Amino acid sequence: MRKALNNLVFGFAVLVLVSPAALVFLWMLSLSLKTEIDNIAFPPVFIPNPPTLDNFRAVFERNDFLRQAWNSVVVSFGATAIALLVGIPAGYGIAKMRATKAAVLILIARITPGLSYLIPLFLLFQWIGLTGTLWPIVITHLVLTVPIAVWVMIGFFEGLPAELEEAALVDGATIWQAFRHVALPLARPGITVATILAFIFSWNNFIFAMVLAGRETRTLPVAVNNMLTFEQVSWGPLSAAALLVTAPVLVLTLIAQKQIVAGLTQGGVKGA
Amino acid sequence: MADGLATTAGAARAAAADTARRRRTYARHYWPFVVPAAVVVVAVIIFPWVFTLWMSLQEWRIGSGRSFVGMANYQRLLTDDRFHWSVLRTLYFTALAVVIPIVLGVAAAIVFHRKFPLRGLARTIFILPMMATPVAVALVWTMMFHPQLGVLNWLLSQVGIPPSLWVYDADTVIPTLVIVEVWHWTPLVMLLVLGGLASLPVDPYEAAKIDGATGWQAFRYITLPLLMPFIMVAVVIRTIDALKAFDTIYVITQGGPGTASETINIFLYLNAFAYYNMGYASAVVVVFFAIIIGLALLLLWSRERFKDAAR
Repeated sequence: MRKALNNLVFGFAVLVLVSPAALVFLWMLSLSLKTEIDNIAFPPVFIPNPPTLDNFRAVFERNDFLRQAWNSVVVSFGATAIALLVGIPAGYGIAKMRATKAAVLILIARITPGLSYLIPLFLLFQWIGLTGTLWPIVITHLVLTVPIAVWVMIGFFEGLPAELEEAALVDGATIWQAFRHVALPLARPGITVATILAFIFSWNNFIFAMVLAGRETRTLPVAVNNMLTFEQVSWGPLSAAALLVTAPVLVLTLIAQKQIVAGLTQGGVKGA
Repeated sequence: MADGLATTAGAARAAAADTARRRRTYARHYWPFVVPAAVVVVAVIIFPWVFTLWMSLQEWRIGSGRSFVGMANYQRLLTDDRFHWSVLRTLYFTALAVVIPIVLGVAAAIVFHRKFPLRGLARTIFILPMMATPVAVALVWTMMFHPQLGVLNWLLSQVGIPPSLWVYDADTVIPTLVIVEVWHWTPLVMLLVLGGLASLPVDPYEAAKIDGATGWQAFRYITLPLLMPFIMVAVVIRTIDALKAFDTIYVITQGGPGTASETINIFLYLNAFAYYNMGYASAVVVVFFAIIIGLALLLLWSRERFKDAAR
């Protein structure tokens, strides 16, 4: 009896914890599947009846939505690829050299507000005339993706046993070969974590593109914010667009939860 | 026999020292691996820092040229009431947006540490908010906060609470934005503390059980002290993130109504990219940076003290 009551209380606690997260996303879904009349009804209509895809159709019919989605894809993949290219070797080098000062620098870069990079880089891009292309956005996103990639890879390479590479070195391999053929294959799980986090950080970023993007180079978060600011607000299409922007990240979280959790808690947990 | 052992131990120690020495020698050869990243970091991170410092000494408005003014921008910050209010608001927001997620996050971690059916699914749903795109999150909350048509005021009316103006009232705007921040970032606190819980030893609990401690006593006198280093890490991370909060505040209120939710970051944004006052904004960046690093160091220092106390 006592145990049953305990379980009941515990179940209720779980419900209280999970429902705010679930309900906000469900409400977003509900808004995106309802007609405008139902969306502004009071008391609110909760279950779309019948559900309609008109809002999503309206979003795709805006002729620039697909272009903005493409911009987001190019920026996120570009910034992630460059971050991996420079970040994986850097993580390896820093781990091997035990360069704690370099690691601290990366940490400081991670905690600095994004706006503080934006003012000088904004002026710089104006001078060298890169505005109007996607380059300024990709380059500024490196501020996010490079530190997280290096940070994750340092932690990962530090955790690898050194003996295997040392055996390779004793057998006459160069340090580059030892990295390429011994450490790198072992580091695949770490690379996955770095890729996912760098991609999500870049995809979700709003402020860099908001300042730097022109009409042609807007990324999705900026486009969605503009829908709120400049157009006559209709909640259905707005929710549909918001859902489309965040859907890739949510799906990625569902698939790769384990890696994301490992990457985000590393450092914090390890340092304690 | 004893001699033989000593020799083996000595040999092992020598071998270990040898390995350590070899690793140190090798260590020097690894710098080329860091060069590409160093180039990028210098270009997009170090250069902006240095350039910002230099810019903060200039009077620099886009369109009307620049001139060296020394410390004038910083002196102006000292007397700018709008800036002072933004600092106070940021601290108010940060205090709430640290304490509430920490309390809720620790509670959530304790719940998720226990095994129960569908735990994996429940945990996945729980962490979704922190991965969601901030702009999308801000849009949904904006619609929910709507004073006439928003779902939140309807929910309040169902339990007999009068409707709130949420972000449309200068008195409630900051606590309302804190609600979004709590919803968004409590999962991260939960994950950090959950990692800590997983690493706790079992022995003290067995001893406590034998001594007849209640569940609450075990939590208060064993779990909490052992968790303290992890909680402090969460506090540091949360403090930094709350100070930096921008996206949701900007999308939901743009600092309004009036300047009621204008935090340092919003003040900074407006000065740089609405008034194009680059020199002054750079001085704000420098001060803001100092505040963040200062608070982070203070918290790290107190974390060391907690760690010593736990030993």
